Amino acid sequence: MLESVFRRARERGRAAFIPYVMAGDPDLATTAAIFDTLANAGVDAIEVGVPYGDPLADGPTIAAAGVRALRAGTRMAGVLRLVGQGRERGWPPIVLFTYYNPVYRFGIRRLAEAAAAAGVAGVIVPDVALEEGAELRGALIANAVEMPLLVAPSTTRDRASRIAAQATGFVYVVSRLGVTGAGTEPDFSPLGSQIATMRALTDKPLAVGFGVSKVEHVRAVAPLADGIIVGSALIDAYGGSAGEAAAARVRSFVEPLLLGACRS
Amino acid sequence: MRPDSRGYFGEFGGRFVPEVLVGALEELELAMNEAFADPAFWEEYEAILRDFVGRPSPLYAAQRYLAGISAAPLLLKREDLNHTGAHKINNTVGQGLLAQRMGKRRIIAETGAGQHGVATATVGAKLGMTVDVFMGASDVERQALNVYIMNLLGARVHPVTGGTQTLKDATNEAFRQWAAHVEDTFYVIGSVVGAHPYPYMVREFQKVIGVEARSQCLARYGRLPSDVIACVGGGSNAMGIFAGFVDDPGVRLWGVEAAGEGLEGAHTAASLGAGSVGVLHGSRSYLLQDADGQVSETHSISAGLDYPGVGPEHAYLKQTGRATYVAVTDAQALEAFFALAALEGIVPALESAHAIAFARELALERDSDDLIVVNLSGRGDKDIDQVRSAYPSRSAE
Repeated sequence: MLESVFRRARERGRAAFIPYVMAGDPDLATTAAIFDTLANAGVDAIEVGVPYGDPLADGPTIAAAGVRALRAGTRMAGVLRLVGQGRERGWPPIVLFTYYNPVYRFGIRRLAEAAAAAGVAGVIVPDVALEEGAELRGALIANAVEMPLLVAPSTTRDRASRIAAQATGFVYVVSRLGVTGAGTEPDFSPLGSQIATMRALTDKPLAVGFGVSKVEHVRAVAPLADGIIVGSALIDAYGGSAGEAAAARVRSFVEPLLLGACRS
Repeated sequence: MRPDSRGYFGEFGGRFVPEVLVGALEELELAMNEAFADPAFWEEYEAILRDFVGRPSPLYAAQRYLAGISAAPLLLKREDLNHTGAHKINNTVGQGLLAQRMGKRRIIAETGAGQHGVATATVGAKLGMTVDVFMGASDVERQALNVYIMNLLGARVHPVTGGTQTLKDATNEAFRQWAAHVEDTFYVIGSVVGAHPYPYMVREFQKVIGVEARSQCLARYGRLPSDVIACVGGGSNAMGIFAGFVDDPGVRLWGVEAAGEGLEGAHTAASLGAGSVGVLHGSRSYLLQDADGQVSETHSISAGLDYPGVGPEHAYLKQTGRATYVAVTDAQALEAFFALAALEGIVPALESAHAIAFARELALERDSDDLIVVNLSGRGDKDIDQVRSAYPSRSAE
């Protein structure tokens, strides 16, 4: 259960640190090496992107990583095989991040069953908002796979309440309008009230993502949120390299961020 | 028909967008419903269509194109005579007025060949709004004239370098920009695609084509046509004309997709003819995709039809059998392009030429006094450079 990820991090005095990695960028062997590195570094969970060519919620970094992964032939089945090695290799809980069309074509029930078999902890599909999610949510829950949902700064309080009620594992708090990516310097000042609103609505863990790219950002978010998701900046750090070289870059990028997630 | 409360035509449509956009779509739907119920909104829309766009467009009886096949003329709904040269402006006038009513000062749009971009820039200039147009980098290069016109009209054109650098990627980027500036920005989608309420809203703004064509046909001939034909890319000109006839069970509706080099190969743009069900740009419909749900690259000689998806209401009309969808190849469309120019004195857009080509095939099967209506959705000036470079000596033939 993903809730335990956040509980354990809290017991260690920090926000859960959850890096995002695009599977198959530039190949699945590199992704496995990166997962080993992240596990050794002590990250709390890993979000893994299943590449899609038309990612509406993603900025240029993740979109380009997806193109590289697709070019290398990465598809859903291959990502699930990779994740399936997690138990024996000691990887932390893994959450898939992908889009509705690859899920729909794979088959919603088939994906739920295959994800469960591979030991996937959760599945995030950002273009499936609350109203369209019933079928996928039902299939995942039936297979004990969780489905975190997103709330955005533009989400009304009433809607956020319904989203929090339906989310399982955690609620993904999008920190700003727009898409993923390290871009202009983010303004986390509204985040405090956004988190406070969510706390009043739910006891579920709150993980913050979109635009969190530097150790200062992690330090700013850690006291507020239960978890922090960093994607584009990590991909910027290792993009263009492969294998152990990529894993080494990931290690040096992630270590200060992990420290930044400590609340003391 | 109206889609259901969740935006579905049967099993097609819906609202598959990131959470950040849901509020904006709900706000748009509310504003649209209010505007649609307000006679003053439609009065203003109609006045602009009359005085600025030049409506009603004629239903022209072309006498020579079907000579030897049919005794009846081919009835051409002359959307090519609209201001800016295509049906696109009917929709941008409507959405521009709605944006103004909602107090949005900035409008954004995607464009492929540039027709919708020009129509949006035109309305933006008229209404005094800031316009940003997203256009695939390779289209920016191929359609330099339209880029210049958009600039002339005061719009900024942003080349999109991601993906295939064409309409699909321009649409992705417009959605992302909308997500980032959702509070002050109105996204003017150019076809009956996208998340609810866009497919319904755009069709309502294009319905004027079908409403006019129906009453023009009745007034002149005292009867309805046997068939109505329109080309289908995203499908807005087709939904516009179909909407006027969909409740007349005796009128057969034909959507003509771009087969490109043929339906069997990879070089096609016929989403309904060669695609399968999936989700693209916010709604469930047919699309060209691989077995893993990755959207395919498409091909058509006509930039306006070169799109991997199609509006959800078309998917519904296909499923229910109310409309029939066929496909015409690049070569057949070109032949019709040349024929209409030489026989009727009308140079059609390559998009519309697909519908013109199918009209000839259909006329062969019809009684000789059956009336066939074709939506001549746009004029062909924009295509002249492309056709001329492929056929430099056509004038001598």
